[in-house]
Amino acid sequence: MKSAYFLLLMAVMAGRCATAQEFIIRGATVHTASAKGTLKNTDVVVRGGMIVAIGSDAGASGAMIIDAKGKELTPGLFGGLTDIGLEEIAAESQTVDSTLNFKSPEWDQQWRPELDVTLAYNPRSVVVPITRIEGVTWTVLAPSAEDSIIGGQGSAVALDGRYDAALTGSRSLFVQMGSAGARVAGGTRAAEYMLLEQAIREARAPGTIGQGALLHTAGKEAMSRYLMGGRVVFRVDRAADILSVVRFAERNGMKPVILGGDEAWLVARELAKSNVPVILNPLNDLPIDFDRLGATLENATRLQRAGVRIAFSSGDTPQARLVRQLAGNAVAHGLPWESALAAITSTPADIFGLGATHGRIAVGQSADLVLWSGDPLEVTTLADQVWIAGRPVEMKSRQTELRDRYVEKVKAHQAR
Amino acid sequence: MLSRVAVLSSVAFAVSGALASEPFPSTYQVPAGSPVLIQGATLLTGTGERIDGADILIADGRIQSIGKALVAPAGARIVDAKAKWVTPGLIDIHSHLGVYASPAVKGLDDGNEATGPVTSNVWAEHSVWPQDPGFETALEGGVTTMQILPGSANLIGGRSVVVKNVQGATYQAMKFPGAAYGLKMACGENPKRVYGEKHQAPSTRMGNVAGYRQAFADAQDYQQQWDKYTRELAEFNKKKAERADGAAKKTKDKDAAADKELTPPSPPKRDLKLETLAEVMKGNIRVHMHCYRSDEMATMLDVADEFGFKIVAFHHAVEAYKIADRLADKGVCAAMWADWWGFKMEAYDGVQENLAMVDFPEHSCAIVHSDSGDGIQRLNQEAAKAMAHGRRVGLSVPPERAIRWLTANPAKSLGLEDRIGTLEAGKAADVVIWNGNPFSVYALAEQVFIDGALKFDRAHPPLTPRSDFLLGRHIAEAPL
Repeated sequence: MKSAYFLLLMAVMAGRCATAQEFIIRGATVHTASAKGTLKNTDVVVRGGMIVAIGSDAGASGAMIIDAKGKELTPGLFGGLTDIGLEEIAAESQTVDSTLNFKSPEWDQQWRPELDVTLAYNPRSVVVPITRIEGVTWTVLAPSAEDSIIGGQGSAVALDGRYDAALTGSRSLFVQMGSAGARVAGGTRAAEYMLLEQAIREARAPGTIGQGALLHTAGKEAMSRYLMGGRVVFRVDRAADILSVVRFAERNGMKPVILGGDEAWLVARELAKSNVPVILNPLNDLPIDFDRLGATLENATRLQRAGVRIAFSSGDTPQARLVRQLAGNAVAHGLPWESALAAITSTPADIFGLGATHGRIAVGQSADLVLWSGDPLEVTTLADQVWIAGRPVEMKSRQTELRDRYVEKVKAHQAR
Repeated sequence: MLSRVAVLSSVAFAVSGALASEPFPSTYQVPAGSPVLIQGATLLTGTGERIDGADILIADGRIQSIGKALVAPAGARIVDAKAKWVTPGLIDIHSHLGVYASPAVKGLDDGNEATGPVTSNVWAEHSVWPQDPGFETALEGGVTTMQILPGSANLIGGRSVVVKNVQGATYQAMKFPGAAYGLKMACGENPKRVYGEKHQAPSTRMGNVAGYRQAFADAQDYQQQWDKYTRELAEFNKKKAERADGAAKKTKDKDAAADKELTPPSPPKRDLKLETLAEVMKGNIRVHMHCYRSDEMATMLDVADEFGFKIVAFHHAVEAYKIADRLADKGVCAAMWADWWGFKMEAYDGVQENLAMVDFPEHSCAIVHSDSGDGIQRLNQEAAKAMAHGRRVGLSVPPERAIRWLTANPAKSLGLEDRIGTLEAGKAADVVIWNGNPFSVYALAEQVFIDGALKFDRAHPPLTPRSDFLLGRHIAEAPL
């Protein structure tokens, strides 16, 4: 059950270097996720894995043409902050590499900002094809830790199966704040700042590590880099905590990103003023803990209206593919459609320092593209074809093979 | 003795009306209100029909009529529903609202009595916190009826309760009058993990099956004791009546002496665990079973046959597509998510065509369920996703059929198909008006009626939250 696009593309590309091949996606409705907005009946020309031209009747003669009339084209989607390639089955610990856990006593804090979880990424995970055939072409690996509020470092990865999947320039440090952080910080969220302050002083101090120190030598080096404008992603939901985090980060030379932010709308003006982006799940509307009593389906809309840059993430690994559903629901609750698309394409690319090469349909961008049967934010729309860096994705996964094994048996049974 | 009578026929009594001995009776009453005429809508009736440009008349808590150009009775409120879609109220047969409430703090963690693998003596209703804010958000998603279940830590977790999604300070005010109880059972990983980690049985799937069988074997024995007692009591009463009859006829003195020796049989001690299971075997309590894998579902169908009970629905039936024909043949419903998979080993084989595949055979009963305070708000979108994936593999499901996954089929699994789940004259007026085709990410429920009363109106949202817990929030959120 290979898609027609895939067969066509593979036939043409057989025996050649796929990335050097030029092809034209002709006549689609192109959602650029850029200032250019949506372009009707437009051609997108891809060569060498890059978008090289956008327009009408663009591209060299002789290039392969993909008829995309009546279809819609978007940039490849951002899957959110996930453990894709780090986790096969969440409940089976032997398959999970996303969480550092030394099982150390609470008084013996293990702070390891030097951890780079990207090294554990497995591009052969079955989750990778399951996710990318739904139009998700990249995700950000977000580590966590059981013994510390410092989760370590992660990066954006491309989901095309390449081994060296990390996208340059996207590396970030992850910190758990709020009540979840307080659990490993001595029982009070105030200690999160106390410990961070201590680690920052250690990183800045020229001396060696000593007894009672939080950081090892490599940790000091890693931490230092984030004190010079490095991107630090803070998981935090309560409005008061969000403000504290932003002030703390700015005071210490970090570039903060708010992850979670269920109450971010309450401090939207301050976030806009500080130009701090928020990565949120727009479906969160239940007060599931006392950090999120203000959760509302209008969070995204209110932040956008205040001028805050927003991106969407459910944080769910097997269901990262549902980012479109997050975006569509945000539209149903007042977010402009273009802003919702940006929240799963260009805005997260900008947040993670990838905006020049990823997240938009623009000349010079990596040809990460998805051709849809209809409105890409609609749940009844499916991806017809996905390209990552100009290469067509085979639109199959373990799940489609399971389906194909059983669907004919079902059809053979007496129909209703 | 009275309590025994109540147990023997609790369902029959519940249906026929409140009996003094029926424990925890519903106090819900259909609210009075003026008639409502919804005009010009696209109706998905839940019977498999779609009617465009139709009117629906609601009065006295029931659907009175459906048709074109209906005449509004005096005093009726008229709702212009042109370009709107109308469906039956949605039914979620797998909810933990109230038992795993928001906020998810220890003080409200009441969903699993994980102190023993068989807790058929517990009733979910005794854990339901009516102030869970999730009830209101579910209502905004068009959900009018829910089955609230205990969790899945145990092989046999306890009784479920069916509630109407109405505000109440007590759960009895929400309890669906006359609805049969369900029994929550669980296959697979959860029971064996919970008890295996405690180094007690069950720690394996074979231990699970041994656990269900022993529990029902014990219940058979218990029922036999009660049957024996009932026989002996009947004999005693018969003899007593005969003696009384004889005494009235002035029999001889020796008979009067024998009369003193006639002692009534003593009843067996009530065992609340086994009592529930005995009711299951009599068909008075409906088994809802958490079961992911097709092989375990097949095992449980055999266990049910061995002990003579029926499983009405497998929940979380991630692999139901592998045995869609068998489930349809057996008349067993499968309650499914659209696309949850992969979070544990028994969920590894999830496919997005599951609902469409299970729906395909004749006599099938596919159900969308949530198991989630988030998912319950968007059951329509779950169905929509499954429709799209079904269509791609040639299993096209039109909206008029897909709506049954959220309405008629769950009603059937609850045994409430004669009362809710379809738009038909005489049925309860649980009705949702959508701003468009409900199988869209942009669709929102605009008005939700329960028994004819408007419980949610998006154009006029309530000024204060329904949950007491959320009061004061808006004051706290606005700085001075």
